Amino acid sequence: METKGNILFCGVGGQGILLASEITAFALLESGMDAKKSEVHGMAQRGGSVVAHLRYGKKVYSPLIEPGSADFAISFEIMEAARYLPFLHKGSKVIVNTQQIAPPAVALGKMAYPENLLDELSNKGVTVFAMDAFALAREVGEIRTANIALVGALSSFLPIAEEVFITVLKKRIPRKLEENLQAFQQGRQITAGAA
Amino acid sequence: MTQAETEKKWLSGNEAVARGAWEAGVTVAAGYPGTPSTEILENLSKYDKVYCEWAPNEKVALEVALGASFAGARVLATMKHVGVNVAADPLFTASYTGGRGGLVIITADDPEMHSSQNEQDNRNYAFAAKLPMLEPSDPAEVIPMLAEAFALSEKFDTPVFFRTTTRVAHVKGLVDTGTRKNGPVELKIEKMPAKFVMLPGNARVRRQAIAERQIKLVDFAEHYSANRIEWGDKKRGIITGGISYLYVKEAFPEISILKLGLTWPLPEKMIRDFAAGVDELIIVEELDPFLETHIKAMGIKCRGKEMIPAMGELNSFIVKKSLGGDIADVFPPVELPPRPPNMCAGCPHRGLFYSLSKFKVFISGDIGCYTLGFLPPLSAMDSCVCMGASIGVAHGLTKALGEDSQGKTVAVIGDSTFIHSGITGLVNTVYNKGFSTIIILDNRITAMTGHQQNPASGATLMGEPAHVINFTELSHAAGVKHVTTVNPHHINECRKVIKEELERPETSVIISQAPCVLLPSERKRKKIPLTTDLDKCTGCSACVKLGCPAIRWYPLSHEEAEKMGKKEKQKGYAQIAVEMCVGCGQCLEVCKFEAISPLEDN
Repeated sequence: METKGNILFCGVGGQGILLASEITAFALLESGMDAKKSEVHGMAQRGGSVVAHLRYGKKVYSPLIEPGSADFAISFEIMEAARYLPFLHKGSKVIVNTQQIAPPAVALGKMAYPENLLDELSNKGVTVFAMDAFALAREVGEIRTANIALVGALSSFLPIAEEVFITVLKKRIPRKLEENLQAFQQGRQITAGAA
Repeated sequence: MTQAETEKKWLSGNEAVARGAWEAGVTVAAGYPGTPSTEILENLSKYDKVYCEWAPNEKVALEVALGASFAGARVLATMKHVGVNVAADPLFTASYTGGRGGLVIITADDPEMHSSQNEQDNRNYAFAAKLPMLEPSDPAEVIPMLAEAFALSEKFDTPVFFRTTTRVAHVKGLVDTGTRKNGPVELKIEKMPAKFVMLPGNARVRRQAIAERQIKLVDFAEHYSANRIEWGDKKRGIITGGISYLYVKEAFPEISILKLGLTWPLPEKMIRDFAAGVDELIIVEELDPFLETHIKAMGIKCRGKEMIPAMGELNSFIVKKSLGGDIADVFPPVELPPRPPNMCAGCPHRGLFYSLSKFKVFISGDIGCYTLGFLPPLSAMDSCVCMGASIGVAHGLTKALGEDSQGKTVAVIGDSTFIHSGITGLVNTVYNKGFSTIIILDNRITAMTGHQQNPASGATLMGEPAHVINFTELSHAAGVKHVTTVNPHHINECRKVIKEELERPETSVIISQAPCVLLPSERKRKKIPLTTDLDKCTGCSACVKLGCPAIRWYPLSHEEAEKMGKKEKQKGYAQIAVEMCVGCGQCLEVCKFEAISPLEDN
């Protein structure tokens, strides 16, 4: 596996995006890699589109992913995956939570929620893994594990041993650990065959 | 917080500033919240042996910091770029006084305006106030550079600027941490009138001292290790600093670079040597041509802004593209509905703006979460300039328009913003016989920046209980006769009060008071969500016009409407997402068809 890469985390403010990016960063660091992560705080957090850039490798300079160079993306919402298309390339792998959150224009009935967005991504040559992370989280008995399920799906593709992720989860998630570990494993299984 | 060990930590730029200040022996810190600076004091306040406070504004914060420096403390003042405008008055004269203990001022700039009203480049302040400025490129550089900043401040008797930008402040990386050392200056009252009392006679002497200091600082800059040349390919050489350095390294790893850690004053000799060593000199900097202008003024030939954009953030892609490097093919963006930020479900501001949107008035707004009242469907804000501007702007409108504008101007300002710089506007409106209606949105916290305490919230940054300012008494003391407090969730009452107050031929104040829904106490409170009875919904869309994220409009075709047993012409229905609803009751008040009721009743 490549020991350098760029991971984009995106979604809607309040979905647990920053925790997912943080867990992934800790796993990369634990594996001896350098990493940098860029977040935007403040106004965007009020239900707006949110993105975090995570870059890893032997030595990372810029904290920002260049357009056309995100190797992986985790999107917590369907439309947000499409919004960041310019960051992706033909070999990108994108894990998408199939939740749809209506932005204001849709909630007000001024615009429709666009259809077939994931097909549009696939048609560009991007590999899309769609999963209902909330259904999975409900199954393990804790709705707030959806973000960890998505990290699990991402983990199959990263140059990090599974045990490292488990160690990090144990260290960083003191509450509902069992449920989080289960969500991680089930998310990982979804992509296991494709890695 | 663990403090003793020396280890590598994963820290944001802001966390590193807090850590660095603690390690440098800072004992006093003051600031005003503002993205991207806020987390510095929030983190620093958790360390031992540091007193931290939120001041009502940046001017007061810097004055507090200056006083602490006079007493001999190492002290940190924190603010966002526009906060330095507020603090500029003490800043320019603090350059004359210097202090005793090291004084470092953080300016956290926001290129691209992620969370700001402008993107000014505060390096210009270093030049204008004749102060040295240090700029780290990433969290790892922060701690050693901050230690140097305090030493510089004491050695050269000057406040020192420490500039970060969003992509340093809110970037996380690995940082080498160390242990705490105490500041070298004795804490005591020491009277130094020739230095601290800036009457013209003394100030003229200090002006001379600044000129001498500047010469010494240039000499320091020539030898400071954070100003360094990284020789590589000599066809092109790049002078850069701050975050831009990392974009250059990423874009052109082999190129020759002069990296400036101290971006003011400039090491002229080092720059000349570097320029002489390369065929072509290029300046890569975010925002203004600051380095470029000063380097050109030295008579050195270089290029910069003719290639590199002077607006917005840079990144390695832009640097490559601007300088003719190889860039990847990029997919064009997909046309999508925008997703701007929105006030939360149950936000008290929404009720006030909904009420206000029914009046034909000019609403001068201010800085905070409530600036989002500008967005549709509320569209209830007609201006927003800077902290506290709402009140002066409303008053100015009435003075230009005269009697005809009676009942036509409203200023809307948050609690923390009112304390920051709205109080003087209120005093002015009364004193100069204005008749605007001033609405203070009191949600008991500084919300937008992530819940910082303020003089109206009842607690300090250090977590101690504090006096709660009384807006009613304060308004009365300023000369406002009519001060009314309303609950913004009660929309009908709100509308009535606004109408009454608009009709008054004098300044009046409405205090719109209800806690932010994100406050821990509010989150814990048991809430009964509301639900929509779809049989009763007539599709009038009154509730939809609140713009609440928990309410969604579902369009219906004629056939679908008939199938649902609705009139054929009903164009749709609105439904509450129960899992998002906090039961604030605003939609219940605006629904004329009793289609909304608490979930428990069902």
